[in-house]
Amino acid sequence: MSDERHDVAGAEDDAHVSHYLCIGCPLGCRLEVEEEDGEIVEVRGQSCKKGEAFARQEHTDPRRVVTTTVAIEGSLWPRLPVKTEGDVPKDSVIDVCNLLHELRLEAPVTMGQVIAADVLGTGVDVVASRDLPRR
Amino acid sequence: MITPKPAQLQPRYDVVVVGGGPAGLAAAVGARESGAERVLVIDREPEAGGILQQCIHPGFGLHHFGEELTGPEYAQRAIEQTLERDVDVLSSAYVLDVASDRRLKVTSRDHGVAFLDAGAVVLAMGARERTRGAIRIPGERPAGVMTAGFAQKLVNLGGMLPGRRAVILGSGDIGLIMARRLVLEGVEVEGVYELMPHANGLNRNLVQCLHDYDIPLHLSTTVVHIDGRERVEKVTVAPVDEAYRPNMAKARDIACDTLLVSIGLIPDNELAHRLGLRLDPVTTGPVVTSTMETTRDGVFACGNVVHIHDLVDYVSQESELAGRGAGAYATGTPTPPDNVRLTPGENVRYCVPPTITTDREHTVYMRVTKPMAPCTLHLGDVYKRPLRYVFPGEMVTLKVRPRFLEGFHGGSLPVSIVPREEGGSA
Ligand code: SF4
Repeated sequence: MSDERHDVAGAEDDAHVSHYLCIGCPLGCRLEVEEEDGEIVEVRGQSCKKGEAFARQEHTDPRRVVTTTVAIEGSLWPRLPVKTEGDVPKDSVIDVCNLLHELRLEAPVTMGQVIAADVLGTGVDVVASRDLPRR
Repeated sequence: MITPKPAQLQPRYDVVVVGGGPAGLAAAVGARESGAERVLVIDREPEAGGILQQCIHPGFGLHHFGEELTGPEYAQRAIEQTLERDVDVLSSAYVLDVASDRRLKVTSRDHGVAFLDAGAVVLAMGARERTRGAIRIPGERPAGVMTAGFAQKLVNLGGMLPGRRAVILGSGDIGLIMARRLVLEGVEVEGVYELMPHANGLNRNLVQCLHDYDIPLHLSTTVVHIDGRERVEKVTVAPVDEAYRPNMAKARDIACDTLLVSIGLIPDNELAHRLGLRLDPVTTGPVVTSTMETTRDGVFACGNVVHIHDLVDYVSQESELAGRGAGAYATGTPTPPDNVRLTPGENVRYCVPPTITTDREHTVYMRVTKPMAPCTLHLGDVYKRPLRYVFPGEMVTLKVRPRFLEGFHGGSLPVSIVPREEGGSA
């Protein structure tokens, strides 16, 4: 495991190989992205086109949908499940969660209601994943 | 979405569904669609929706609703579809017994103990998680050892953390998803340990739940001891050999206050036992016909009670069928008996339903014993289909159309999945 990580950096001259596990299907192809001077020169290891697209996206701009819960009062449960309405940069996932965990809501809330608009300037809204009526 | 409660219970329903998760909700819809007038869903939680309410991550609904939803969104849609059809939902209630004449003994917060008669019953109680006891981890019995799904309920519904530093045993999807969930809530996850030489969860979860947060996955390794007086203080892990025997010489201790186990699901079949239903030794769920009827007349079963599904979408589809069967039974519409038996052959563990008819289309769900890619699925010698791959963790579904069975006049059809040479004909 640790050895694998070490020989990735600075393998041959400026060539740099990054490894990804394709999530496109259960075959789980091991993908390699070779980069030279900041440009992708080759994607290897995929068994279909989906894999190449996935590797390029993960390498240049990995994004994730974030789901977590927000504190809420006056409802059946003390937490409201929420989600980002689209994906946000992977690097911002923890910050988005930390921000959401500071919020305190009051029931009722309805599914799709915006809980945090344009969260952290990502252009993506965080919305409620369900109704939570006042009880 | 808190489900409204019926003001009063009727003494008799056309169809009573036991369980208000995705299976029970879809069964209730199916029962109404097939003509049952009075349909009651009985659920033990304070609101319907089942396990979906705590599965706050996305990944549900692509097949059934045509878009990717979180668990609570899927649950809310399923509840709305059920309530739109004037189905009664009794929450905070428990079915204590079902007699062979389909008289149910029910206890509930709002109505105490009551007896109800049902024209047909649908068992949709879902599954339970295997616990520490199922794999007999030696050691003390401190607080802090729990199933991954229970921890999920604590965190996502209860707003409570299970501990501060956790070890996870089992790389099934619930375990992987809880690893990420705990990290996002500020809990340290030391690592995920898996007895098998391969991960059990989806690749998507390996990447997005473990790799994204640098959580290590230790394959062929298991927990061999739990220590702690009041609370877990440490667990001991050790690598295992090909026969899964731990190598104690290489054991090491990990300081932690929490151990989550994610080691599989088993159909919840207490009522099936009480009813004396025939159970399938492979699935451990009731044996069903192509209308999802069990070995007792008028008692149907669907969802994880019958076999463990990987996608809720298939639970909904199968359960709607069970509900239709129950509705037809209750309203006196006969369905023709099955005349084809599907017998599991090479690399097929089981087929649900195990029997079908030649007069209409059936969806057959099956599980394989080992991965194969590429391969061919054979239905006797009447039909075959090339498959890119099969994996034990992913259910194989096959639509069996009447035209496949033209010229086949009943009897047994072996179902097998065999390797296919790359480039060769299927
Ligand atoms: S590259 Fe294609 S075949 Fe390989 S895992 Fe990805 S989607 Fe599947």
